[in-house]
Amino acid sequence: MAAEREPPPLMDGKPTDFEELEDGEDLFTSTVSTLESSPSSPEPASLPAEDISTNSNGPKPTEVVLDDDREDLFAEATEEVSLDSPEREPILSSEPSPAVTPVTPTTLITPRIESKSISAPVIFDRSREEIEEEANGDIFDIEIGVSDPEKVGDGMNAYMAYRVTTKTSLSMFSKSEFSVKRRFSDFLGLHSKLASKYLHVGYIVPPAPEKSIVGMTKVKVGKEDSSSTEFVEKRRAALERYLQRTVKHPTLLQDPDLRQFLESSELPRAVNTQALSGAGILRMVNKAADAVNKMTIKMNESDAWFEEKQQQFENLDQQLRKLHASVEALVCHRKELSANTAAFAKSAAMLGNSEDHTALSRALSQLAEVEEKIDQLHQEQAFADFYMFSELLSDYIRLIAAVKGVFDHRMKCWQKWEDAQITLLKKRETEAKMMVANKPDKIQQAKNEIREEIEEWEAKVQQGERDFEQISKTIRKEVGRFEKERVKDFKTVIIKYLESLVQTQQQLIKYWEAFLPEAKAIA
Amino acid sequence: MTKEEFTKMKQELEAEYLAIFKKTVAMHEVFLCRVAAHPILRKDLNFHVFLEYNQDLSVRGKNKKEKLEDFFKNMVKSADGVIVSGVKDVDDFFEHERTFLLEYHNRVKDASAKSDRMTRSHKSAADDYNRIGSSLYALGTQDSTDICKFFLKVSELFDKTRKIEARVSADEDLKLSDLLKYYLRESQAAKDLLYRRSRSLVDYENANKALDKARAKNKDVLQAETSQQICCQKFEKISESAKQELIDFKTRRVAAFRKNLVELAELELKHAKGNLQLLQNCLAVLNGDT
Repeated sequence: MAAEREPPPLMDGKPTDFEELEDGEDLFTSTVSTLESSPSSPEPASLPAEDISTNSNGPKPTEVVLDDDREDLFAEATEEVSLDSPEREPILSSEPSPAVTPVTPTTLITPRIESKSISAPVIFDRSREEIEEEANGDIFDIEIGVSDPEKVGDGMNAYMAYRVTTKTSLSMFSKSEFSVKRRFSDFLGLHSKLASKYLHVGYIVPPAPEKSIVGMTKVKVGKEDSSSTEFVEKRRAALERYLQRTVKHPTLLQDPDLRQFLESSELPRAVNTQALSGAGILRMVNKAADAVNKMTIKMNESDAWFEEKQQQFENLDQQLRKLHASVEALVCHRKELSANTAAFAKSAAMLGNSEDHTALSRALSQLAEVEEKIDQLHQEQAFADFYMFSELLSDYIRLIAAVKGVFDHRMKCWQKWEDAQITLLKKRETEAKMMVANKPDKIQQAKNEIREEIEEWEAKVQQGERDFEQISKTIRKEVGRFEKERVKDFKTVIIKYLESLVQTQQQLIKYWEAFLPEAKAIA
Repeated sequence: MTKEEFTKMKQELEAEYLAIFKKTVAMHEVFLCRVAAHPILRKDLNFHVFLEYNQDLSVRGKNKKEKLEDFFKNMVKSADGVIVSGVKDVDDFFEHERTFLLEYHNRVKDASAKSDRMTRSHKSAADDYNRIGSSLYALGTQDSTDICKFFLKVSELFDKTRKIEARVSADEDLKLSDLLKYYLRESQAAKDLLYRRSRSLVDYENANKALDKARAKNKDVLQAETSQQICCQKFEKISESAKQELIDFKTRRVAAFRKNLVELAELELKHAKGNLQLLQNCLAVLNGDT
């Protein structure tokens, strides 16, 4: 448990650091260890002192500035935090997004950057790992269902509204059971909000189901055929899985946007998710820019773990895609089999009718019935194939894309840090040159200017380094969680799928056993 | 291709070859038994030679000329058949048989085609299992977490299931599709028999008319009489044997359907039970592991 935490700088024995830590200690005994849902904001204020002290290579004044900022932030805190030992502090404060334990009362979450006041007291005397473990146990109780798709509106402005029902015993929600109506763009809006908050700090945000122009248009036009009902059902199941995955994530569960999504009856319409909107085009441009950047960034990977993991995910991605293709082919063939069996059943019935030997005729009709039942069986099996196996695989393919995105963000973070370091170096060189130049007239003002710039860039370098460490740590944890989840998911789903196969075989046995005496009865 | 893939492919090809071999053997057997059971055909010299001659028979295939002749003969026959079928039959039995056979033939053709399609899609589903099995195997060997054992077990399961499914499809093909195909051709042969009979009936009636005309004109009466006699005999003979054949056809058909349907049901049951056993075993292992 303690393995992945940085050792308290207290032990390093550096005199300057020690002093700073004392400041930090004082600071913490009078502040709330916040449950801020903003895991990391551009503000340096919310980050702990420890990281600075271990990694800083800048002079003291910078840190004092930061401490002051933090003090401001926490000054409005309303209650004491009882911390067991100084050793706890680095742990608590270095996790930017603490998980809430459901048993502690009324833990309200402050909204991101918008307000600096922490409005609720928190009693925090456990390490984050413990809380997470509890979260995975039976106290973590929230069930989400997406149901009752209904068409609202008419023509091209029509949309499907889904009922999102939440059943929970978590205390952070006002009721224990509630439901709201949401449309597809609402889900996309939720995802984009969560992504903008959490992706760039290393959290793996589950991706939302994909848009489908063809499918939606058919529904809008009002075609009441089996393919559009199938489409709606597929989408409903995908939305349900998406929400379930999102709430399983302890950090995302704390997010106010998520809560608003689940609870409030009216949600502002998320127009930014439309493909042709301004935001949509911006997104496309950003994606293109990102792709170019990825090719140009050459990162010195100091941590073999990351390289290994990235390779692993690449392989996994490829394998899953192949498997997914095979399973889709299976679904397709089974549907074909079902259709052909139905056709054969009808044909056999006709044959039975034209057969004039009575016993044979009856047997043939029975055969036709058996085949018809088997056709139904095949259809159900095809559904099971699809909804369990195939959709699981496509979900994970998209999730892995999200994971890869997170790794990319880490690279970008590193790039920012590198750039800041380079700029700092340049500024220092300019300063040194100025010192040597020795022009009396503008020198004092210029010197001050350059000094300020250097300070600014030093701060940025430290910030960059801190961010990078942060994101690396978060990613490690997230990947660990992801792997656990993946193993669990796959096991449960595959076992369920095999059980469906078992059921099919049992039914087949029943049908053929019923038919056998009929066949034998042909005189 | 890796060694495993190679051995796997070899096994698959062997299994397929075996299935086709079984099918061909069964068809030949049915054919020979039919010939042997027939009271007249069994005495045929060609048949005896076929059964007894213990060296290579060196049968020559039809050359182009003969094939062309066959083609023309078929065309003439079908045109003739249309003309002849317009004639109503005096005998109720044959009339009934004719309508019955026509309908039956069409329906068997339909059923045979659909059954073929069904067994084919069954086979492609079984092939998919194969691919899924190998993908799962790849996933299992590459994964580092404890799920790799899980994947390997499931991949094994899919491999075994696939073999069973392939056998199911092959058996369905053997018992159902082949049966229908056989009866498709049998009913066609029966139809041909009826056609020949109708043809001889038409000839007989024509001979009768010619006789009447000859008697009226009082010319070539004897010739007309003899030809009428011949036609009459031919017609009666063919009617008699046709009747017998058609009754036999019905009994044979019923027996064959019974045999094949019973065997089909038994095989389906056997495979389904085997499949179920396999799946349950695998589930037990997987649940025990987790």
